[in-house]
Amino acid sequence: MRHIISILLENEPGALSRVTGLFAQRGYNIETLTVAPTEDETLSRLTMTTTGDDRKIEQITKQLNKLIEVVKLVDLSEGPHIERELMLIKVKAIGAQRAEIKRTADIFRGQIVDVSPSVYTIQLTGTTDKLEAFIESIGPGCVLETVRTGVSGIARGEKVLSL
Amino acid sequence: MELMSGGDMLVRALHESGVEYIYGYPGGSLLHVYDAVYRQSAVKHVLVRHEQAAAHMADGYARATGKPGVVMVTSGPGATNTITGIATAFTDSIPMVVITGQVMSHLIGDDAFQETDMLGVSRPIVKHSFAVRRPEDIPEIVAKAFYIASTGRPGPVVIDIPKDMTMPNERYEYVYPKKIKMRSYTPPQRGHSGQIKKAVELLLAAKRPVIYSGGGVIIDGSSDKLRALVDRLNFPCTNTLMGLGAYPGTGERFLGMLGMHGSYEANMAMHNADVVIAIGARFDDRVTNATNKFCPDAKIIHVDIDPSSISKTIIADVPIVGPVGAVLDEMMALLDEAGETPDAEALETWWKQINEWRERHGGRYEKNDSQLMKPQEVIEAMWTATKGDAFITSDVGQHQMFAAQYYKFDKPNRWMGFGFPAAMGIKMNFPDDMVVCVTGEGSIQMNIQELSTCLQYGIPVKILCLNNGSLGMVRQWQDMNYEGRHSHSYMESLPDFVKLVEAYGHVGIRVTERDQLPQALEDTFGKYNDRLVFLDVAVDETEHVYPMQVPTGSMRDMWLSKTERT
Ligand SMILES: Cc1ncc(C[n+]2csc(CCOP(=O)(O)OP(=O)(O)O)c2C)c(N)n1
Ligand SMILES: [Mg+2]
Repeated sequence: MRHIISILLENEPGALSRVTGLFAQRGYNIETLTVAPTEDETLSRLTMTTTGDDRKIEQITKQLNKLIEVVKLVDLSEGPHIERELMLIKVKAIGAQRAEIKRTADIFRGQIVDVSPSVYTIQLTGTTDKLEAFIESIGPGCVLETVRTGVSGIARGEKVLSL
Repeated sequence: MELMSGGDMLVRALHESGVEYIYGYPGGSLLHVYDAVYRQSAVKHVLVRHEQAAAHMADGYARATGKPGVVMVTSGPGATNTITGIATAFTDSIPMVVITGQVMSHLIGDDAFQETDMLGVSRPIVKHSFAVRRPEDIPEIVAKAFYIASTGRPGPVVIDIPKDMTMPNERYEYVYPKKIKMRSYTPPQRGHSGQIKKAVELLLAAKRPVIYSGGGVIIDGSSDKLRALVDRLNFPCTNTLMGLGAYPGTGERFLGMLGMHGSYEANMAMHNADVVIAIGARFDDRVTNATNKFCPDAKIIHVDIDPSSISKTIIADVPIVGPVGAVLDEMMALLDEAGETPDAEALETWWKQINEWRERHGGRYEKNDSQLMKPQEVIEAMWTATKGDAFITSDVGQHQMFAAQYYKFDKPNRWMGFGFPAAMGIKMNFPDDMVVCVTGEGSIQMNIQELSTCLQYGIPVKILCLNNGSLGMVRQWQDMNYEGRHSHSYMESLPDFVKLVEAYGHVGIRVTERDQLPQALEDTFGKYNDRLVFLDVAVDETEHVYPMQVPTGSMRDMWLSKTERT
């Protein structure tokens, strides 16, 4: 099963490499990884998605927790949560296709952020599924380039991940 | 306010962290620090001949004393030479602080002379590591390194110090923290009471229990508590290689070591148990054999300070995360409170069964009719000669397994899994105790250069080389699995060890016949008590280590001799 693991990490040089090194060293798989500072400048927030059965995920979270620089960790997929990913996508847009692509982008609440005579650059946010559905709808054939941030996630309701 | 250079701060902070010895080897990046070492006398430095030996010496010191061992080496090759020693400490959870020099900060990343990314190279085998970026941080980093290395599940910590952090003429305020508190690191202080209660209930209801204890008991200094529990419950106890000595080797309730080369009775008892309590042990593959066939009828209680050890290879029915000592205290208190005892009748039947297993194999081997000795008898003779009271280190191979099987360790912290440098680290701190390195002619040559260090500091360890003229354990596998094709397991052109050690100023004795051994041992521990003695004992090269578990089998699937299988 796919899990979204969210981590508060000491904002120190080398801390991130310990996290990614752990995954490489122990043969765990990272699907997506995002990391950025938080409102507290001593902490970074890291979100990663990974897959595995319960035992594997348990090992992953235990091993992560052992890293000295990991301050707090939560498996967001254990409860209700919101996940978002941002994608910038360049698509071929010529002739009749232009209108069609614009319509599809509207339906998915995407924004066209850059235009050239034959190319649209569209910005889209949503769950991973939604981004994939969009690519499917416009037809993978006209995709020129995609760049995605990877998943960020946060728990629903009152629950917060903080010190 | 005290102003000091980074180099002086480092040495002072080491002293304040309780360091007696640094094991090290100097080089360009550390010259300021070495000068600071020279100008004081509180912390002593031991100069090795190869940096790997420094790490192993520090490790031996740590295992015997329970305090972190300290290593100091220069950048680049100095640092990378310690890697094997750091990895050993990491695997065996040994507290160690390794200080590595680094090129000047402004050169880092430019592939400067003897620059290696030591933090990167060592990352997978350290508990934590630090890079010094401001000289004034040195005392706090050192204090944190010792705190991390020695608490929770201990392990090695690397501190990488660029040369410009130690400049003699740049002085900063020295502040050594009184107390270390880290928001992201809080090792557990006690186990979960509810779980401990469940464990005690299981133990009291057990009909075929086994207590399986590991290195964690020794590291935690809780051997007495383990012994009390075993004796109180009248349960059989087996130890891992790392855990030998936690329960007395001559004790009646001791089953011997378990696992790949464990005793027949220990492995049989594990396989047939209905309750197994693992204490400070981690169910590694040299213990469990095939995990899907492991202890089919047993409920598993697992006590360990590291949550990631629990349910990693074997799922625990009752997991308890906490320091061994605190958990054992609570168990004993609960037993006292309950006032109950285990099922005496069931235990009697269980012990009867175990004693039958003991009779079936019981560590037997056959001596040769000729004067050529079997390795087992050499270990037994050495056990007698040292009255079972020596510190024993060993390398890896058949000699190691024979030492583990036939030297009956009655005390904890007396058995260390590897070599000559470890023996040196121990002897320097226990000068009045016998310290014996049991080794093979293959292994000893990996760090033989340290004979020179022993001369410099007068370290009279004893080296017992079970010389079978081959990489015996490799050869055994080749005999068993490759139709006896001895691919590169034969050591041709061995040196004359007696002459070699004499060249280094020590005593060498060669024993080729059984009749010579008693006198040689007597001289080693008598006449030459204050000398380093290298006992080069010829043993039968065809001997194999048994029992040996059959790969992919269960605990009870073993070869008991070359022809006999369970
Ligand atoms: C550093 C290292 N290299 C190789 C091995 C593989 N190995 C395991 S046992 C062994 C044989 C060692 O020979 P020796 O020291 O003579 O011991 P014996 O088995 O003959 O008693 C070897 C090479 C190892 N464990 N460690
Ligand atoms: Mg050998």
